Amino acid sequence: MAAIYSLYIINKSGGLIFYKDYGSSGRMDTNDSLRVASLWHSMHAISQQLSPVSGCLGIELLEADTFDLHCFQSLTGTKFFVVSEPGTQHMDGLLKVIYELYTDYVLKNPFYEMEMPIRCELFDINLTQAIQKDRVVLLGR
Amino acid sequence: MIGVGKIKQYSNVLDKPLSKGKQEVSLSAFAFLFSELVQYNQTQVDNIAELERRLEDAGYAVGARVLELLCHRDKGNRRETRLLGILSFVHSTVWKVLFGKVADSLEKGTEHEDEYMISEKELLVNRFISIPKDMGTFNCGAFVAGIVRGVLDSAGFPAVVTAHFVPMEGQQRPRTTILIKFAEEVLQREARLG
Repeated sequence: MAAIYSLYIINKSGGLIFYKDYGSSGRMDTNDSLRVASLWHSMHAISQQLSPVSGCLGIELLEADTFDLHCFQSLTGTKFFVVSEPGTQHMDGLLKVIYELYTDYVLKNPFYEMEMPIRCELFDINLTQAIQKDRVVLLGR
Repeated sequence: MIGVGKIKQYSNVLDKPLSKGKQEVSLSAFAFLFSELVQYNQTQVDNIAELERRLEDAGYAVGARVLELLCHRDKGNRRETRLLGILSFVHSTVWKVLFGKVADSLEKGTEHEDEYMISEKELLVNRFISIPKDMGTFNCGAFVAGIVRGVLDSAGFPAVVTAHFVPMEGQQRPRTTILIKFAEEVLQREARLG
């Protein structure tokens, strides 16, 4: 019951700045993950235009046969999306937690350049802890 | 009107009591400000040693002022003359006022007579900072080392103060140690005082 397969963070221009693989299958190499990220960025932007109602902020959930994709967009245009098992609960909460970790350990780091790939040790450590805690909670149910 | 108090007007601003100041400051605000301080200094220097020196100098200014303020506010204008006195002042009072808690430990160096160490599991200034691998042993705690140097220097105990990461077994993140090496004259004076 792995629940989460992978996590992507893309900057406001659609470039991939963080990618983490948790599943055992479906691992992607760097080029593929970059391509998938920019693909999602474009689809997210197009969906805003396609929406029949005004004020649409983009795709939040994509449900497929073998996976679910939950997306969270911050006010600045940074997108956090997680590919998980179908029917996984509380991914929105997890995405908000990851956003908080991002604002703490990436944005307050003086050695991080905006819009560049994230290479912050503290972010990785705390992210792993957050995902583990989530896994424990889900397995305990 | 009920409930409207009158603030006592002082004719001379120097007679106003020194306020306790705000007890709480936003951690995020400080983190962003400190991050900007580091980034600004990075643009002004060519190498890491220079950056550490600049952060230390910034801390030195803070330390000198903190000593004046705390001596007046907390210690009733008494002056520390002994080594252990000033060290425990830094370790508890200064740390409490600046970081909200006393430092984790204060130790005397085993190898040299003039070395003392203040250790912290993680310095408040380093809480959100991850040092990139290519910066080697650089530590933003140099700012705190500067504060300690400022306090000691202004109190009459000249010293060389540096901040180091000390890897600990069984823990992912290393501890931080502020190493204080006192000048020769301080030790001689201490020996004379008995």
